[in-house]
Amino acid sequence: MDPVIVIASLIVASTPIVFAAIGELVVEKSGVLNLGVEGMMIIGAVCGFIAAVETGSPLMGFLAGAAAGAAISLLFALLTQVLIANQVASGLALTLFGLGLSALIGHKYTGLRPPPTPKLEFFGAADIPIIGPIFFNHDLGVYASLILIVAVWYFLKHTRQGLILRAIGENHDAAHALGYKVVRIRVIAIMFGGACAGLGGAYFSLIRVPLWNEGMTAGIGWIALAIVVFASWKPWRILIGAYLFGGVTVLQLNLQGIGIDIPVAYLSMAPYLATIIVLVIMSADRTRASLNAPASLGRIFHASS
Amino acid sequence: MNLLKTLAASAALAVGLGGAAFAEKTKVGFVYVGPIGDFGWSYEHDQGRLAVEEAFGDDVETVFAESVPEGADSERVMTQMALDGADLIFTTSFGYMDPTNNVAAKFPDVKFEHATGFKREHPNVSTYSARFYEGRTVIGHIAGHMTETNTIGYIASFPIPEVIRGINSAYLAAKAVNPDVQMKIVWVFTWFDPGKEADAANALIEQGADIIMQHTDSPAAMTIAEEKGILAFGQASDMKQFGPNARLSSIIDDWAPYYVARTKAVMDGTWEQVDVWDGIKEGMVAIGEFSDKIPADVQASATAIKEGIVAGTVHSFTGPINKQDGSAWLADGETADDGTLLGMNFYVEGIEGDIPQ
Repeated sequence: MDPVIVIASLIVASTPIVFAAIGELVVEKSGVLNLGVEGMMIIGAVCGFIAAVETGSPLMGFLAGAAAGAAISLLFALLTQVLIANQVASGLALTLFGLGLSALIGHKYTGLRPPPTPKLEFFGAADIPIIGPIFFNHDLGVYASLILIVAVWYFLKHTRQGLILRAIGENHDAAHALGYKVVRIRVIAIMFGGACAGLGGAYFSLIRVPLWNEGMTAGIGWIALAIVVFASWKPWRILIGAYLFGGVTVLQLNLQGIGIDIPVAYLSMAPYLATIIVLVIMSADRTRASLNAPASLGRIFHASS
Repeated sequence: MNLLKTLAASAALAVGLGGAAFAEKTKVGFVYVGPIGDFGWSYEHDQGRLAVEEAFGDDVETVFAESVPEGADSERVMTQMALDGADLIFTTSFGYMDPTNNVAAKFPDVKFEHATGFKREHPNVSTYSARFYEGRTVIGHIAGHMTETNTIGYIASFPIPEVIRGINSAYLAAKAVNPDVQMKIVWVFTWFDPGKEADAANALIEQGADIIMQHTDSPAAMTIAEEKGILAFGQASDMKQFGPNARLSSIIDDWAPYYVARTKAVMDGTWEQVDVWDGIKEGMVAIGEFSDKIPADVQASATAIKEGIVAGTVHSFTGPINKQDGSAWLADGETADDGTLLGMNFYVEGIEGDIPQ
């Protein structure tokens, strides 16, 4: 087993989760809990796939995936921000809706193959031993996900708009009293989350497993949700969480391939255990918890109250 | 809100009336472990359901539930189907074994058919399965001839007798024509997860496998094989469209005749508990068309094996065969009995690694 190749393939396996989780982080930072990540991902997967097949351009596929994810997230925004419906129930409904709708619109596209996504060329840097395959031999999606992490971190930490978004997530009544448009900003955050989940889905159906298959995301949207908590709402920890999860999956399959006898069950539960431990540590210390989880997360906002 | 309630009430009324008006229809339920669009296992079961509709037209009504997790949730789904008036319910995954029997105890008038299991605790439960291992013998034979790296990769789902039997069968057939062949086995602990199946295929290719076999339900591994320029076999469905260059042949499940016959039996009132295990001979297992990549002589010998299985002159497990630990299992010329095959929990000699517990 070549550890370099394992690392390279874990990056590919983790990238859909990175996309979905960083989007959900922004949504939750604005105080909205959207459990529909899985549904938005699968819609992104099918629409991205269809667009790429029809136009022959993977880039169009990614754009269509993001647009479709954002579009379907508007449904959630309508329910929770305008009609003030329960966020948990609306999110679950979005997942079920997305799974069903994707099966319907993807029906005719099963068995087709998307155009291959080229890897980026860094003037031959991919040939450098060890560093090359790990850092310089990926497709555009991998680098886009990394840039997105940095961009979200910078936005939340160092921009005025980021501060407003966080303020709304912490205390929407106070933010409202200050004159910020709580609902409008949350809708934008939800759409951003939808676009990211859609990108993750498109990455899944175009690069990770280049095919369309009903229900193909098989629960990674839920893992993305868990990773947001694991990351305690910090962007760079999303990367650690997603790579840890993808790494464990890829590593255990490779270890089996070379015949090392490892307890698969323990390795598979590791990321979930880590999430639980993080949750326990966070909830053990009230001041730390309040620093991390957005205080208005999942709470309904109504301008009259 | 009142409008909604009225709508809901009238919808319920309509459903109730509809149910009463068509009470003489035979209602057949199907529970699937994956989506019907997996283009593998669940897809073929659903083709069987469509064949039932085709055969009986208006005399039959079919319902199905897809992507039903094995375990407690499946029990809920089956109970709901029985409550909704199903006369016959096919439960199509190994993990539905206990739930099927539990629900069958509560609905003695409903007939249950559980695929690939062995528990028939109540008179209204039948079990049926296909001798997929016969198909594995044919494709194992082809793989043994075709591998250049002498390494066959095998994506295994759960360590149950069904899967272990398939691994042993394919290995023995490959070993018979290629003494140097090695089988790398990766357990993914899922029936349907394209992402994980693709990762497993990549890991196996990494280990030098140039032919992939799978006992999972999606065409993900076939797609990866096509992309990486290696070879693979269709599983449950033909899967040719996913790997026009990669696919050598396939094992195709054909449930339609069985589903039609059993539905007919319920209609006629002749349904009885059975334990069916049919293979290539009965047509429940079919071998897909051979790819042009397979040399003519290998095609001929593979066809001969298939015909031998049909004629009863070839058995996938014919001695001498030792177990992995070297202890004797089958003496020279002896063939395995069904009981041992159904409970198979050991690798045969030559396979490396341990079966996960």
